[in-house]
Amino acid sequence: MKKIKLLLVDDEENFVNTLAERLKMRDVPSKVVYSGEEALEAVKSEVPDVVVLDLRMPGIDGMEVLRKVRQTNPDVRIVILTGHGNEVIEEEAKKLGAFHYHKKPVEIDELLGTVKKAYREKLEDAMVAATFAQAGAFDEAHEILDEEK
Amino acid sequence: MFRKVFSRHLEGLSSSDVVVTPRIYRSLRRKITALMLITATLPLAIMAALNYYEYQKALSREIQNPLRVIVNKAKNSFELFLAERTSAVGFIAQAYTFKELADDKDLARILKILQTEYVGFVDIGLINDKGELVNYVGPYALKGHNYAEQTWFNEVRVKGRYISDVFMGFRKFPHVVVAVRHTLDSGEPFIVRATLDTHQFDKIIVAMGLEPGSDALLLNRAGILQTSSQRFGKVLDTFSLPMPPPTFEATVLQQQDAEGEDIFLAYTYFPESDFVLAAIKPKAQMLRTWYTVRGDLVFIFCAGVLAVFVASYKITDLLLRRMREAEEQRELALRQVEHAQKLSSIGRLAAGVAHEINNPLAVINEKTGLMRDLIDLREDFPDKERYLQLIDSVLKTVIRCRDITRRMLGFARRLDVSLEELDLNDVLQETSGFLTQEALHRKIELSLTLDANAPRIVSDRGQLQQVFLNILNNALAAVPDAGRIDVCTRGDGEGVCVEVRDNGCGMSKDTLTCIFEPFFTTKKTKGTGLGLSITYGIVKRLGGEISVESEVDKGTVFTLCFPKHPKHEA
Repeated sequence: MKKIKLLLVDDEENFVNTLAERLKMRDVPSKVVYSGEEALEAVKSEVPDVVVLDLRMPGIDGMEVLRKVRQTNPDVRIVILTGHGNEVIEEEAKKLGAFHYHKKPVEIDELLGTVKKAYREKLEDAMVAATFAQAGAFDEAHEILDEEK
Repeated sequence: MFRKVFSRHLEGLSSSDVVVTPRIYRSLRRKITALMLITATLPLAIMAALNYYEYQKALSREIQNPLRVIVNKAKNSFELFLAERTSAVGFIAQAYTFKELADDKDLARILKILQTEYVGFVDIGLINDKGELVNYVGPYALKGHNYAEQTWFNEVRVKGRYISDVFMGFRKFPHVVVAVRHTLDSGEPFIVRATLDTHQFDKIIVAMGLEPGSDALLLNRAGILQTSSQRFGKVLDTFSLPMPPPTFEATVLQQQDAEGEDIFLAYTYFPESDFVLAAIKPKAQMLRTWYTVRGDLVFIFCAGVLAVFVASYKITDLLLRRMREAEEQRELALRQVEHAQKLSSIGRLAAGVAHEINNPLAVINEKTGLMRDLIDLREDFPDKERYLQLIDSVLKTVIRCRDITRRMLGFARRLDVSLEELDLNDVLQETSGFLTQEALHRKIELSLTLDANAPRIVSDRGQLQQVFLNILNNALAAVPDAGRIDVCTRGDGEGVCVEVRDNGCGMSKDTLTCIFEPFFTTKKTKGTGLGLSITYGIVKRLGGEISVESEVDKGTVFTLCFPKHPKHEA
């Protein structure tokens, strides 16, 4: 499998660095940023496949990042990983197009499973779109790519 | 002073802050009833008393007046009678000469004329200055009698006229003597003396037309009867009552007769003679009307007081019941609000704490996870097994902490209730199914008595399961081995009630008051203290009610009622 381009966003450096290290041990390297602003920058400079996003952060919070990234890059899969939030927030995040909602603390393998699943889904969509595109059916390809807009 | 008394006794009415206990209600009821009674009956009593006396006075005047009139009339008749007779005798004394009067034949003729013209003359006689009866015409042989020693003779000589009391005298029948003195031209006085039959007196008294039971009689001033009477004896008997004070006006006295009966005594003294006319009427007879009126009055008064009493009692009752209801409702509402506020603020706190703990917990999780990863990778790590065990134990503790924070969040969360129509009995059966294994193991009898006619309700199956699981778990924890748990459902038009009764250890009153509060637990290390508060929250959210009764060592009963349709709650 091609390497997943993974972006980890969390203001808790202690946590996110350790998480990144463990993921790397599991053969999933990632880029780490510590705020919403940095996350948006990172998405702009190099579009990731999957973003693992904390919700409560100083400055631009996770929900805002989620909203903006879904607007600019709808094919990026976003997994929420937060210690805050309740069902209402979870509902809101899902409505905005989050791929999955994890509550901290989470088993590393569980999180990794979700990330891989998100990546696979993204690939599948892209492949279907490519197939349609090859067949000249650009409209359908766009439709598939945009369906989560 | 009144104000003080009122404010002291009625302060319970105005101060709404006091906790009103049944004892205060009782004394309040007494006070209000007494106050209403007094304010209502006092004027009534005063009115009744005034009426009573005024009416009695008026009626008594009404009754006395005719009596006075009759006595006056009769007195006039008597006076007229006596005056006529006296003037007739006077006329004879002056019209005839002593010589003529001394003549038997002339005197007999005069008596005959007198008897024709004036009823009542019995005889007539002529007495000279020495008191000798010079001439006499009449049924008795009295000629030659000397009256010089008698008091009346001296009186007539001085006064010129004399009317005697009734007496028997020589004639042996009641009579009255009328004597008139006349002085001859020669200066020698003589006296004409006539006797009157008292029959005429009786006639005048009969003419008064008194009712039966009443009596009228003529007395002299010494209290000797001058006429016969029905109740006071015969002529010349002594009057059995003391003589009333002299007055020439007809006067009515209220007194008692010799037998102790209340009577009206109407009387008048005669100015010209020694007679006293008296009429006696028993009071009872005269006041018969008054008594009926008084009876009516008393009856109306009593009925009025009774009505006031009943009315004031009822009104007080109603008033107090309303007050009590309002008070109870207010208290209930306050308690509920207080409870809800407490729960919600504790809930918010719990949620905040849970959130804040989750982040450090995640750090611990990752760091420990990394430790394990690193140890795992190195084959030659010393005491590898032991370290991995320790790390696993840390990770398990993290998971335990996570479960606690999740539950705390669950307590605080606002769930979207997913409603469906369901049969509560099914839910109970399913839920108790989870627990039959444990019950069997501990030989606990878990019996379900389900009302097959219970209506289906609209509610959330998952949350109901959580509720019943919580309650049944608590029951299982409370009962000893071989204990007993009864679950029964009862349906009615409003919804379904579930009763979960165990014969376990029960709870004290203190425990009972806080069992729905979060973090309150009696299980020490084993529980979080959230189970029942979550249960409470869910039941409320589903529009239901939950209540609990318990007695130490007897057992506990949880009663949960769910409406057919949950009321819409924000």
